Amino acid sequence: MQRLFSALLRWRFTTVILLLVLVAIASSGARHLNFKNNYEIFFDDDNPQLQALERMQQSFSKSDNLLIILAPPADRTLTPETLSNLHWLTEQAWQIPYSTRVDSITNFQHTFAEEDDLVVEDLLLDPEGLSADDVKRVTAIALDEPQLKHRLISEDGAVVAVNVTLQLPEEDPNAELQQVVSAARALSEEITSRQPELTVYLTGIVMMNNAFSESSIDDASTLIPIMLATIIVLVGLLNRSISGTFATLVVIITSITAALGLAGWLGIYLSGPSASAPTVILTLAVADCVHILATFNQKLRQGEARDAAMQHSLQINLRPVLLTSATTAIGFLSMNFSDSPPFRDLGNIVAMGVGVACLLSLTLFPALLALLPVRSPGPGSRGSSLMQQLADWVIRRQRRILATTLLLVAGALALLPLNELNDNFVEYFDRSVPFRVASDYSNDHLTGLAYMEIELDSGSAQGISDPAFMGQVEQFARWLRQQPETVHVQTLTDTLSRLNMNLHGDNRDYYRLPDDREESAQYLLLYEMSLPYGLDLNNQINVDKSALRLIVNFETLTSLQLIEMEQRIGSWLATNAPAINAAVSGPPLMFAHIGQRNIISMLTGTLLALLLISATLALALRSVRYGLLSLLPNMAPMVIGFGLWGLLVGEVGLGLSVVSGMTLGIVVDDTVHFLSKYLDARRQQGLNAEDAIRYAFNTVGRALWITTLVLGIGFMVLAQSSFRINSDMGLLTAATIVIALVMDFLMLPALLLFMDRHRTTAAARNPQPL
Amino acid sequence: MNRPLLSLAAILLLLPLPAAAATLPDDGGRGLEIAREADRRDQGWGDSESVMRMILRNAHGDSSERKIRTRALEVQGDGDKSLTIFDEPRDVQGTAFLTFSHALEPDDQWIFLPALKRVKRISSRNKSGPFMGSEFAYEDMASFEVEKYSYRYLRDEPCGELTCFVVESYPQDKNSGYTRLLTWIDQAEYRTQRIDYFDRKGAPLKTLTLADYQQYLDRYWRPHRLEMVNHQSGKSTSLLFDQIRFNTGLSDDDFNKNSLKRVK
Repeated sequence: MQRLFSALLRWRFTTVILLLVLVAIASSGARHLNFKNNYEIFFDDDNPQLQALERMQQSFSKSDNLLIILAPPADRTLTPETLSNLHWLTEQAWQIPYSTRVDSITNFQHTFAEEDDLVVEDLLLDPEGLSADDVKRVTAIALDEPQLKHRLISEDGAVVAVNVTLQLPEEDPNAELQQVVSAARALSEEITSRQPELTVYLTGIVMMNNAFSESSIDDASTLIPIMLATIIVLVGLLNRSISGTFATLVVIITSITAALGLAGWLGIYLSGPSASAPTVILTLAVADCVHILATFNQKLRQGEARDAAMQHSLQINLRPVLLTSATTAIGFLSMNFSDSPPFRDLGNIVAMGVGVACLLSLTLFPALLALLPVRSPGPGSRGSSLMQQLADWVIRRQRRILATTLLLVAGALALLPLNELNDNFVEYFDRSVPFRVASDYSNDHLTGLAYMEIELDSGSAQGISDPAFMGQVEQFARWLRQQPETVHVQTLTDTLSRLNMNLHGDNRDYYRLPDDREESAQYLLLYEMSLPYGLDLNNQINVDKSALRLIVNFETLTSLQLIEMEQRIGSWLATNAPAINAAVSGPPLMFAHIGQRNIISMLTGTLLALLLISATLALALRSVRYGLLSLLPNMAPMVIGFGLWGLLVGEVGLGLSVVSGMTLGIVVDDTVHFLSKYLDARRQQGLNAEDAIRYAFNTVGRALWITTLVLGIGFMVLAQSSFRINSDMGLLTAATIVIALVMDFLMLPALLLFMDRHRTTAAARNPQPL
Repeated sequence: MNRPLLSLAAILLLLPLPAAAATLPDDGGRGLEIAREADRRDQGWGDSESVMRMILRNAHGDSSERKIRTRALEVQGDGDKSLTIFDEPRDVQGTAFLTFSHALEPDDQWIFLPALKRVKRISSRNKSGPFMGSEFAYEDMASFEVEKYSYRYLRDEPCGELTCFVVESYPQDKNSGYTRLLTWIDQAEYRTQRIDYFDRKGAPLKTLTLADYQQYLDRYWRPHRLEMVNHQSGKSTSLLFDQIRFNTGLSDDDFNKNSLKRVK
């Protein structure tokens, strides 16, 4: 090693060039990086809910949608002008790329009897010269129609919407999505220029997908520069060395580009969560450099020559840097237990970044510093005397500190159950994201965005015309409507009841399902023959007419409530319609399930990481005893972090389920540094426990608190993301890291003092000459 | 700040395709000529009866069959009259549609529902939706009248062993589900070989391939296998003719509201 380091410093110029070429080769893989933006990427191909949804969409039609809401000023009802603009918007929406269906109250296929005729026509045929009475007529019919109320028109008739169903070919998903979104935005601009009092809200699955990608792009363009600037200032201030700061920056940037490039070579794509990898790598890569730089400066201060100081620093830091990088990588690799691919990608990209950063900080960093001008640093700061005082205080109060911290952990354990699972995909975005604002408006004024698609299969071709089957479907729909969470139910039984009434001269008594299967089948045949392009029933009936699809909208529900609703639906159907084969799916439900599954699988992952990390520590410290002892201060921050989260926030989602594994790898670093210094003092210098604690505080205290500051700030920057998966992850990780430092400064030394109170030092038993 | 730009983009984006097509060079009436010739060659067939099957497939590969019979009567100077009788599925058996088609006004249409034992007139301006849940729209199946479209000849192109005219046509009915059609007509016998349909935003929607042409009465060519593929939904429908007969002795009396009730 020593020879390697001196060779490295001798051939500094060649080393820098060679390493930069290698980095460039790795980074060039970035051109293979793709960004994916749809919600499907959060699920594995064999995810049961995704498969159910895809199967359903192949039988019926895709349900990707865009909801364009026209919101009047407060307390204003529908005006003739708004209605005529809604008509215009409905017509124009057909021009949105990949649209296959457009629904609004104006093109709703209104059916009625006229003597012996069945009339099927748009509810609003002519938008010219609308009077207040026309608006009243249209509103009255629309509000009487269960298919429209709470879906395309609000209960008070004031808010209306156009729902556009889209079929994206998914050949170039980003470009396709962009086309749809820009067409929708252009239409919305056009509406507001026609009628400035209206506010247009855009929501639906397409806008959600778009929010995923826009949030990530926003993050990349704002958070990463903020991070870089923060790091430069922090490292510069703390080390007061321009060259050191510059070299650190080079290592950070090359680690990021190399990791992203390697990801590209491996065919990993970027998505909301994995796009936060650069921010995370940035934060982690700093630590290695800080430790090496700190020792280097210390040695310079002690009067060593530059190259000698660097060689010393590398020798001293080689083991801890390798060890902490390994544990951090293990922590992130534990994300591979996640059920959601973007988190596995995030873990793998960061692990690669950590590996590259470790390598480069031991090679590129010293070689660069050797090339740059370095002036001798000023005298050491007051930090060491502060650390000295802290050490003395901990030693004095060890019993009380140990008891307090243990109580704290126990208290936090009790708070853990306060965390409730909630993966509401609307709330993945904060209120600065237009999609969130639009969705909240929709939830408050028009329709709920939590929805389920329910396929009801009669089991035989043409079976949907069977009155027994239809009767059960109608009962089911009625039951669904009685559930307090339900906002809207789309069911073919409403259409059939209306047709039955129309074909009996609009006699209200016939607003019920037809009595026999021939009637049902023939009415449907007649109705289908009369519908215009794009407004057919193929989204509700499959080809051999054996199954129906119902779409149910709910008010905002937490994942647990959604899963509970699914179970309630399942048991109602099992009891009341055992012959019907039902499948329930839809993106909100998929997110609800994956949150739950992910927490369970991540617990396994974290546990395994914990074991692996403890084993690594035991091996590195050459002591099972200290390996086991490290478990407590390593787990305590996680427990306290989640306990506090339960107390203050209480909601855990997809993003947080991966936090435990990843923070574990980071917080363990502090323990490694502290423990290895403590053991050095005991084993090599023969100090007693108290003096060894003082030694550990003196040597690594300052570096630990600098790296914690950098890490804490780094993850706090991530916490500013508008994408809640990332911001929650950042916030909880930052908190956990800070708690970890407190634990390592208080609990760990107290624990060591307690454990080693009867132990004589190895040196005392086996005295060595000084 | 880029509001004017966005609206401009909106206008360009929303521009219907036929308007753009209108600026293309004139074909000197050749498209219309081809349509007229095709129509002329198909005149005088009198009346016919066909038995057909429709096989519907979804993106998953599930399929479902319908059985239909049609009777048709040629009407000089207006659209033809036709009677469509449903045989399968069972629960619509005996349901019959009577249609008087017109070139430009909406067709007159009556339906007999055996379950109600009544004839109902359907008043619907817009029948561009799917026929029996298939990929065929009602307008794809309705009788061909030259006046329903305007035409533009594009080019000659080989089609299989034949050479085809490729003609673009634009529906005159504003309620049509299409902005334009691309039709391949073979130069030997003026038979339609293929039609590409473009939806309201000008995007490719469906392709119809017509095959197994047979000649009747030494003059009239009829396809026996029609395949309609929807490129957007991945669904498809085959229309198979099991039998076509001409000169079956049908007359005007077989095509009115009363005959509809007695149809077998």
